[in-house]
Amino acid sequence: MAEVALRNVVKRFDEVEAVRSINLDIPDNEFVVLVGPSGCGKSTTLRMIAGLEEVTAGDIYIGGEIVNDLPPKDRDIAMVFQNYALYPHMTAFENMSFGLKLRRFPKDEIKRRVDNAARILDIAELLDRKPKALSGGQRQRVAMGRAIVRNPKVFLFDEPLSNLDAKLRVQMRTEIKRVHQMVKTTTVYVTHDQVEAMTLADRVVVMNGGAIEQIASPHDLYHNPKTRFVAGFIGSPAMNFIRCHMEQNGAGLRARISDKISLPVPASLTARYQPHSGKALILGLRPEHLTEPRRSDRDQNCEFDITLDVVEPMGMETMVYFTVDGQEICGRVDPGSAKGPGEVMRLHANMNHMHLIDPQTDAVL
Amino acid sequence: MTSAALSAPAKRRLGARSSLRRNRRWALITSYVFLVIFAIFFLIPPYYMIVTAFKSDAEVAHMATNPWIIADGITLDQFRILLTQTDFLTFFKNTVIVTLCVVAITMVVSVLAAFSLGRMKFWGSSVLATGIFLTYLVPDTLLFIPLFQIVKAVGLLNSYWGMVLVYPTLTVPFCTWIMIGYFQSIPKELDEAALIDGASHMQMLTKIFIPVALPGIIAAMIFAFTVSWAAFVYPMAFLYSADQQVLTVGTVTSLIRADVYKWGMLMAGALLAAAPPLVIYAFLMDYYIAGLTAGATKG
Ligand SMILES: Nc1ncnc2c1ncn2[C@@H]1O[C@H](COP(=O)(O)OP(=O)(O)OP(=O)(O)O)[C@@H](O)[C@H]1O
Ligand SMILES: [Mg+2]
Repeated sequence: MAEVALRNVVKRFDEVEAVRSINLDIPDNEFVVLVGPSGCGKSTTLRMIAGLEEVTAGDIYIGGEIVNDLPPKDRDIAMVFQNYALYPHMTAFENMSFGLKLRRFPKDEIKRRVDNAARILDIAELLDRKPKALSGGQRQRVAMGRAIVRNPKVFLFDEPLSNLDAKLRVQMRTEIKRVHQMVKTTTVYVTHDQVEAMTLADRVVVMNGGAIEQIASPHDLYHNPKTRFVAGFIGSPAMNFIRCHMEQNGAGLRARISDKISLPVPASLTARYQPHSGKALILGLRPEHLTEPRRSDRDQNCEFDITLDVVEPMGMETMVYFTVDGQEICGRVDPGSAKGPGEVMRLHANMNHMHLIDPQTDAVL
Repeated sequence: MTSAALSAPAKRRLGARSSLRRNRRWALITSYVFLVIFAIFFLIPPYYMIVTAFKSDAEVAHMATNPWIIADGITLDQFRILLTQTDFLTFFKNTVIVTLCVVAITMVVSVLAAFSLGRMKFWGSSVLATGIFLTYLVPDTLLFIPLFQIVKAVGLLNSYWGMVLVYPTLTVPFCTWIMIGYFQSIPKELDEAALIDGASHMQMLTKIFIPVALPGIIAAMIFAFTVSWAAFVYPMAFLYSADQQVLTVGTVTSLIRADVYKWGMLMAGALLAAAPPLVIYAFLMDYYIAGLTAGATKG
C-alpha cells in the first residue's frame, strides 16, 4: 500500500553519471517495468529505491515520505535478485522467514505467512530443502516467497528471470503476473527483455543512457513511441527505419523511399504530417506492417515489388529481408506467399501504422 | 577404392586412440612412481618415530640390532616413564591451554578483521589488507628479539600467557587473509538481501557470513591450531622454567641432557605430541582442503 515517486534523481559513480535526473511517479499497486539496454541505469535506479545505493541528488518518496536517508530495512521494501541470493545454509522455510524472525514476529505468525506464500507459489513441499537441492525455477520461487512473506510496501525485482532457460522464463513470467494479481503490491521490475516488459507491465519505463525516454502503457509504447530509440527498442524484429522524402501530391502526401517506390500517406495522417512536406525524414515501419498484399485493408498504391535477399521461415510466419537504396528492410509475410531468395515478391505497406522520425532530433513526429 | 578410402582414416583414428591410451598409461605410471617416492620419503620419519617409541632403552642403545624393526618385543616403558617421571604432562597441559586461547583469539580477531576489510569497503581497506599479509612474511626468527622487549614490558616473560600474547602475531595475518578471500567469494547480493531483510552488520556476520564461510573458518582454525601447537622459536626464547614450558621445547630440553639423548622417550613424546593434530586433521581434512582451495558457495 504505497506509491513511489522519484524526483530529479541523479546517481554519479565518480566520473560515470549512471542516472541523470529521473522523474517517475508510480501509483499504489501499479506494476512498473524499467527496460532498456545494458548499462542504461536500470539496476542503479532500482537499487536507489531499495536503499542499496545512495542518491547523488534528488528525492525518493515511498508512501509519500522522503526515504533518501533511510536504510533498506526501514523502507519496507522487498527485493528479488537475478542470482536469487538465497542464504545457502538455510532451508527454503528459513530463507523465507529470516526477515520476519529479525523483526521478531511471533512463531505462529511466521509459520502462517510462510505457508500462505508457499501456497501461492506452489512450493509447499520444498520448504525443508536447502537452495542447493532446488532447481533454478524453484529457487526463484523461494526468493519471491521471501519477498511476499514480508508483505512490504514495494516489491523490487532486478532481472529475476534472466538466469532461467527460455521455457521456464515464460512460465515464471506468467507466475509473477499471477502473483501480482493475488498479492496486489506496488512493483518495480527491471529487465532488458522487452517481451517481459510488455507482458508484465501496467506501465513501461524505457531508459537509455541514464535517462527516461518514455513512460507509457505497453500498448501506447508499441503504437505511439515518442523517440526513435523507443520505436527501435520495442518490437521484435525491430522497426525498419527507411530514409524517405516527403512529397506533396495534390492534397495528399507521399513518402518517397527510392526512385521507383513512393508510398502514400493515409488521408487521416495528412494533416499531422503536412508541416513536414518537402523534408528528408525517416519512415518507421514495423515488419508486421510490411506483408504480402492481403484482401482486407488493401490499397493498390501501397504495393511495390522487391527482390528478396534472405528468407527466414519461423513457422507461423516468414521473415523476408530485402534492400532498398542500400538499406536492409524486414517484412513479415504469410509462409504460403513467401518466395525464395533472389525472387521478386510483391509487398504491401500498411501505412496506417507508419511513423515519421526527424533525423536531426530523433523525435517521432 | 571407396572401401580403401574409408578404411585409411578409420585406421588412423584407431591408431590415434591407442596412442592416446598409451600416453595416458605413461602419465599414470609416472605419477604413481613419484607419488610412491614422496610417500616413502615423508612416511619414513614418522615410522621411525613409532618404531623407536615402542622399544626398550636397551634395544635402542644396542648398535647391532636392525633399527627398522622391534626385535625385543613391544614395550610401553618409554610412555610410562615419560608420563610419570618427567614434566611431559605439564608441557601437554600448557600447550593445550595456549593453543585453545590462541585459536579463540585468532578466530575472533581475524573473522572480524576479514569481515570489515573484505566486505565493508572503506577508505584504505585494500591497502590495509595487503599490509596485514605483508606482516605474515616477516619470520618469527627475526621478530623474537623485539618481541622479547614487549613480552618483558608486560611482565609475561617465562609465562605461557606470554605465548597467548605473541602467537597471534603469527596466526592472525594468515587467517585474516584466508577469511578475506573467503568472504569476498560470497556474492554481494547475499549481504544486500540480508540488509533488506533487516539484519544489522553484526547479524549479517553471525547469521550469514560465518555459517556460509564455515569451511574457510575451519581451515583458518586448523592453521592457527597447527602454528601454535608446533611453535618453537618463541617458547624457546621466552620460557625457561619447566612448569611454564610447552611441548615442543619442553620435550627437547628435558629429554636431552648435554649429549645424552633419551631417544625412546623423545620419540614417545613426539608421538603423543603429534597425536592431537593428526586426529584433528583426520576429521577436518576435507574442510581444510575445501577451505584453502576455493570459497565454493554457489547456490
Ligand atoms: N558501483 C559502481 N561503480 C561505478 N560504476 C557503476 C557502478 N554500478 C554501476 N555503474 C555504472 O553505471 C551504469 C549503469 O549501471 P546499471 O547497473 O544500472 O546498468 P543496467 O541498466 O542495470 O544494466 P544491465 O542490464 O547490464 O544490468 C553503467 O555504466 C555502470 O558501469
Ligand atoms: Mg542491471
